[in-house]
Amino acid sequence: MKHSNRREKGTWKRIWGYVGKYKTYLIGVFICGLVGNMLLILGPLLTGQAIDQMIGTGAVKFPQLLKIILILLLLYLLSSIFQWLMSIVSNVAANKTIHDLRQESFQKINRLPLKYFDNTPHGDTINRITNDLDAISDGLFQGITQIMSAVISITGCFLFMLLISPLITIVVLVVTPLCFFIAAFIAKHSANSFSLQSKTTGELNGYVEEMVTNMQVLKAYGHENEAVQNFKEINQRLYQCGQKAQWYASMTNPTTRLVNNIAYVGVTVLGGVMAIQGNLTIGKIASFLTYSSQFAKPINEITSISTQIQSALASAERVFKFLDEPEEEQENETVDVLRNCRGEVEFRDVKFSYRPDVPFIRRLNLKVQSGQMVAIVGPTGSGKTTLVNLLMRFYDVDSGHIMIDGNNITKMTRESLRSSIGMVLQDSWLFAGTIAENIGYGKEDASKEEIIQAAKEAKADSFIRKMPKGYDTILDEEGSNLSQGQRQLLTIARVMLMDPPVLILDEATSSIDTRTEITIQRAFTKMMRGRTSFVIAHRLSTIREADIILVLKDGDIIEQGSHNALLDQGGFYYQLYNSQFNVPGE
Amino acid sequence: MRKLLRFLRPYWKLLIIGPFFKLLEAILELMLPFLMSKVMDMGVARGDLNYVYRTGGFMILIAVVGVCCALICQYSASFVAQGVGTDIRNELFSHILTLSNQEADRFGTSSLVNRITNDVNQVQWAVAMLIRLVIRAPFLCIGGLVMAFLIDFKMSLILVIVLPVFILILFLTMKKTVPLYKAVQRKLDKIALVLRENLNGIRVIRAFSKIDYENRRFMKQNDEYKENAIRVGKLSALLNPLTALVMNFSIGAILWYGGIRVNTGTTTTGEIMAFIGYVTQILAALIVVSNLVVVFTKAFASAARISDVLEAEGEAEKKNDTQEQGKKVDEFHIEFQHVSMNYEGAGENAIQDISFRVKKGDTIGIIGGTGSGKSTLVNLIPGFYPVSGGHIFIDGVDIKNYALEELRSKIAIVLQKSVLFSGSIAENLRWGKKDASMEEIKRAAEIAQATEFIEKMPNGFESIIQRGGVNVSGGQRQRLSIARAIIRQPEILILDDSFNALDFVTDAKLRKALKDNTEDMTIFVVSQRVSTIKNADQIFVMHDGKMEGMGTHEELLRNCSVYREICESQMQSSEVMADEA
Repeated sequence: MKHSNRREKGTWKRIWGYVGKYKTYLIGVFICGLVGNMLLILGPLLTGQAIDQMIGTGAVKFPQLLKIILILLLLYLLSSIFQWLMSIVSNVAANKTIHDLRQESFQKINRLPLKYFDNTPHGDTINRITNDLDAISDGLFQGITQIMSAVISITGCFLFMLLISPLITIVVLVVTPLCFFIAAFIAKHSANSFSLQSKTTGELNGYVEEMVTNMQVLKAYGHENEAVQNFKEINQRLYQCGQKAQWYASMTNPTTRLVNNIAYVGVTVLGGVMAIQGNLTIGKIASFLTYSSQFAKPINEITSISTQIQSALASAERVFKFLDEPEEEQENETVDVLRNCRGEVEFRDVKFSYRPDVPFIRRLNLKVQSGQMVAIVGPTGSGKTTLVNLLMRFYDVDSGHIMIDGNNITKMTRESLRSSIGMVLQDSWLFAGTIAENIGYGKEDASKEEIIQAAKEAKADSFIRKMPKGYDTILDEEGSNLSQGQRQLLTIARVMLMDPPVLILDEATSSIDTRTEITIQRAFTKMMRGRTSFVIAHRLSTIREADIILVLKDGDIIEQGSHNALLDQGGFYYQLYNSQFNVPGE
Repeated sequence: MRKLLRFLRPYWKLLIIGPFFKLLEAILELMLPFLMSKVMDMGVARGDLNYVYRTGGFMILIAVVGVCCALICQYSASFVAQGVGTDIRNELFSHILTLSNQEADRFGTSSLVNRITNDVNQVQWAVAMLIRLVIRAPFLCIGGLVMAFLIDFKMSLILVIVLPVFILILFLTMKKTVPLYKAVQRKLDKIALVLRENLNGIRVIRAFSKIDYENRRFMKQNDEYKENAIRVGKLSALLNPLTALVMNFSIGAILWYGGIRVNTGTTTTGEIMAFIGYVTQILAALIVVSNLVVVFTKAFASAARISDVLEAEGEAEKKNDTQEQGKKVDEFHIEFQHVSMNYEGAGENAIQDISFRVKKGDTIGIIGGTGSGKSTLVNLIPGFYPVSGGHIFIDGVDIKNYALEELRSKIAIVLQKSVLFSGSIAENLRWGKKDASMEEIKRAAEIAQATEFIEKMPNGFESIIQRGGVNVSGGQRQRLSIARAIIRQPEILILDDSFNALDFVTDAKLRKALKDNTEDMTIFVVSQRVSTIKNADQIFVMHDGKMEGMGTHEELLRNCSVYREICESQMQSSEVMADEA
């Protein structure tokens, strides 16, 4: 318990770090809230005084009554204005704070190592940056303004009640703790059910997601009945805790209403007795009745607000946890910018592992001259893509060095390193935007002519022209209105436009049928000319012409050399090659 | 919509009990201000202490009975709402699993998941509100009005003016803010879109050093969202102060008019106090009603979305009177007769007039470019999609006349995208055969070339696969899903481009192992690699949804130009490179 309190405190402190920037707004919220609520609290007092002006038939003091009513109206008008201002200002402060946090979270994405995203579902990250942040805005800001109003009106009501009649105030005070007890009781019981409920809901959603997404497999294996059984089991558990949670939560209203009503009756009776004894006017009883109900109402509200704030805090914790993930090492000022890269690449005693306990690449050495073509082959999981990840500094080596043009890549800015290397991956990535924007992605100031030229070189121009709006055709999310091959041609055009000294093709054609591949292959061949290039492919035919062929297995280079030299060796490459090319006609 | 009402039926008793007790509570609550005014006018004004105590006691009794009534209602509400929600979810989930692929595609996975979670929650919440507030709030409103009219008819005319103004304010702010809220929601969707793009393309973005550009792109959406949210906040912030203002002004009016009435002796001060109490009650209830309107509008939209799914015809609902045509003894295991298939909403047929016959135990290779209809063809065999024309026979019986369960028990299919489920490796393989022994599991893994990496894992066959199979590589996932299919010992095995994540050595080994272990199995192998299918008994060449050629590798090389082109392309690419490099 203590531990969680300390953690909560830490979270509050951090939130304050973001909110603190908008202190002036907060002061505004506070002042508006204070004034608005204080004015509101004066209301019942004046109402009571108004009633006291009506002494009886023919004895109503109209001038005083009118005066009081006018003051009352003015009071209420002002209070409404201040309350309106309060919610506007707090809303602005909330949105500005969340805006900052959201931007920071987004920037965080691009500072995190890729490792993080390999292990974290995308939906989880998206959820933190959208829904969790909204929960903070809703919960904290609404919650805090409500609590502030509540505190002000509780103190205000209490003071005025004391002013009218200390004796009756004691009656109300005796009843109010009941409210607290009930609230605490409910909070304690419902908190358990609620957290169980949200846990079970998560479990249920996850199950539905997994099953519905893969429905075809489910059906192919006739697994429907088991799935329904499992679902019903989770659903039944959800029913049990959901019913409890709802029941406890819905107890709040009636029970606090009971306490309120008892206070109401108490005030009526005691007030009545005192009035009969001449110690109290009826108007004062009227005021008191209003105060006593206003006194208890915020306490009732605080119960429900506190659950809202709890869940906002939980969201904040999730966001902060994301923001605290260890980042890629930041660049210090001593790093250089890689300029006019010649494309000499060297791996020197490189050691690397994805997981600390499982060594992957143990000791890798490789030297590539400028303009050479390096082909990397090997079974799945042998470390082909890892080499690329290391060269691009998506991951950093555990020990050893990678040098470009004789300089260690950790000694240059990531940006300059990466912009010297063009990369085409197996999964072509396009974003929602026009075709021209997608091609021009690598070169911010690219002219229309340059874009068309790049598209022509990538053999993409002709199909682009056939699209309804040509280069201005808007691709939908993930570019699904294009075929695999067309998408890949666009990403090739993108790299063509960038014109990098080093090129990486990572299984760039594996999701394309072989006839389209020929077109793309031609584009590649043209692109590779005069550049250092790394080609990963499982179709060996594409890489026979490489200057160096690296054969990887379990993270080690087991063979290295030209196509013919490797065939002569009669080793692993020889086997690989023959297993693939036993097609007649070869 | 009406379809959903039946979910309420099993709970009809509670559905009556709940609101009934809530009504009782509301009546009791309405009595309190009235009794208070009696205390003032009868007790205090006459100095009757006894009356004050007696009425006070009575009021306490009312309050206690009232809370009991309310609790009974809340308790029934929690049972009904959660029960209805649970029932709908169960039925929805079972029904979704019976949907044909075509129907499921029409909704989309994320939408289906959303309906079963969020939409059901909305309905559940609305049911709870229905029981708890639908009777209470309007009753308090009307009851308050009646009581007010009873106390002083003329003074109640103030309410006749105030109420329409109040309702108008509620109506206008809701009308203005609801579309704005929707706009804000759309902006949030945009933010999610940019996020998703950034996560999916994270390597590319870093490779192109476009982090700043993406930051600006996100900033734009983020700014727009903030501005929209602030705008809608300003408007909706009006609601509370405005309604409070109307309420308080009407109290001012009551005080003034009450003063006049007291002066003429038609009303007592106690009655004015009670009157103010009722007015506050009426207006508070109206705010509740307006919130209810929002809850129910949302719930109706959700209910419609749920009904949509429930009304979508499940594939198993079609008639399946098995074996209406007597089983012919047929040497052909599978036969396609002029089969065409059209995806819903697509203009052209995905496959067109396909006919062929396959003998039991044969291996069929299917090759062709992307979008040529290879996958569609094999997906028709287990009845994932209905044919739009022609017939498919298995063992001489039209597949339309099979019970789906029976049909699919003959078939194992490995899909292009290999899918594993959370659970241990052994559990995943048992999907293929529920009672598979450890021996069978090991043998299937052996054939699928999966034993080696499975044994390297810390817990071997008991190692846990995480959701979506993220902790194994693509190639490993593919081999496990092949093992899952093999363990089933199906009559028909369909491998839909299931080797594409395997390197050539593993691919070759796997094919050899398959061949040695599946003598009676009819196997369909869909692939883009000639080497994968060239040893098949028959090869189908697909092109633009049509069958371009059919025969053995040698036959096709001789007389099918498309096939020849494919073969050449897979060897030629190196030659092309040789020419130009």
